[in-house]
Amino acid sequence: MSKHRMGGQTLYLTQNPPKIISRASIVGKKEGEGPLAEYFDKIIEDDLWGEKSWEKAERRMFIETAELTLRKAKMEPRDINYLFGGDLLDQIVTATFAARSLGIPFYGLYGACSSMTQTMSLAAPLIDGGYADNVLCVTSSHFCSAERQFRYPLEMGVQRPPTAQWTVTGAGGVLLSSDGKGPCITHVTTGKVIDFGIKDTNYMGAAMAPAAADTIRAHFEDTGRGPNDYDLIVTGDLAKYGRKLTIDLLKKDGYDIEDRFIDCGCEIFYESQDVHAGASGCACSAVVLAGYLLRKMEDGEINRILMASTGALHSIITSQQGDSIPGIAHVVAIEKKG
Amino acid sequence: MDSLDLKQKKINKEYQDYANSLSPKSKVFKNCMMAFIVGGLICTIGQLINNLAKIYYGMNKEEASTITSITLIFIAALLTGLGLYEKIGKRAGAGSIVPITGFSNSIVAPAMEHKREGYVLGVGAKLFSIAGPVLVYGISTSVIVGLINCFFVK
Repeated sequence: MSKHRMGGQTLYLTQNPPKIISRASIVGKKEGEGPLAEYFDKIIEDDLWGEKSWEKAERRMFIETAELTLRKAKMEPRDINYLFGGDLLDQIVTATFAARSLGIPFYGLYGACSSMTQTMSLAAPLIDGGYADNVLCVTSSHFCSAERQFRYPLEMGVQRPPTAQWTVTGAGGVLLSSDGKGPCITHVTTGKVIDFGIKDTNYMGAAMAPAAADTIRAHFEDTGRGPNDYDLIVTGDLAKYGRKLTIDLLKKDGYDIEDRFIDCGCEIFYESQDVHAGASGCACSAVVLAGYLLRKMEDGEINRILMASTGALHSIITSQQGDSIPGIAHVVAIEKKG
Repeated sequence: MDSLDLKQKKINKEYQDYANSLSPKSKVFKNCMMAFIVGGLICTIGQLINNLAKIYYGMNKEEASTITSITLIFIAALLTGLGLYEKIGKRAGAGSIVPITGFSNSIVAPAMEHKREGYVLGVGAKLFSIAGPVLVYGISTSVIVGLINCFFVK
């Protein structure tokens, strides 16, 4: 058995734990009117951002986030060994087209909204194992491009049910490095695809909650840790009801996380912004991590977080054919050392 | 294997029931009232146009009906283009979907959205992506009703 593994699903990064040396986030106008506005690097003025289409605007957010992350670390694309990126659009075109411009060796990853910790889960052991020095992880989503792909045209006059979520417009990036200053990624727990049979595409929180609970439980079991070992346990985009479901599922397994548990989907908008259950999208956990959480770590307000981005792995076709929605969650433990 | 499946099915069922109990129900009464008010308002405007056409322009019943439909379709298309129809629809629900204005909205919305993919494969191909089912089943039903009328009703 590999000496760097703990239990069934967790990697323990001890040799040269990657540090998050730089971070950047760009968000849309609505996100810029939310409670976390001051933590984001840039707020774009409208959905198109001067581009010809929403897809192009999303691509530009991805590229500019990547460039900004590098600039903050005083690095050039040629200093970066890998770019790991993901988004929600078919064939992850945002990430791939952005990689075309950035010219960094690239792996495109699809994990739906779990992409942020998915990219970090793969980047971290590469650095710890000595296979890379600098890896850039960026993910993005755009309300308009996601809405047209997964739901209705924007101008359609339809009502959304109370459990529906609002896709975040934005892009978030972190630069992991073997060298430099910043909080470390110490553990990576890879999630399994979990499906408790939820079919309602307007109730994604319920579809993903079992996956979030499963991976967080696996992390605790593998590492022997518990909720008290973290200042904050964070999930990606379960929103109001998914968050409650996760708390209850973990309670059944004997872990009470309620007092230190936040969901990015509940943090990014005010209730008055009419997003129903909360936010979602690849960018949801990406911008909250890159903008808000890592800043709180820099300020010393929190020192250890357990981050679990959550994804719903269905497509329009599987849902139309009556399949349920499989969920996934990948966990990374981020700790401030010294 | 089967017993394991059954066990998982039971877990799934319990979870689904719990998840559903957690989710607040849509406010049916409020939504119905809004639909009634807005839907009624749209129909009243229609009737107004109809009466005006008859009284002031001396149109017969058929001409007046046609001009009413055309006007409502135009207004809904314009409001869709201005981004206002979705705001009405969010509150009114079925009240703004069911009348002919909803049909107009469901054609203009995809047309606007898919313009960027070109006029043939974008607008042309996607124009009826939402209204299509209404046309298919609406026309099919009218054919069946027509046949019944033709053969069985004098």
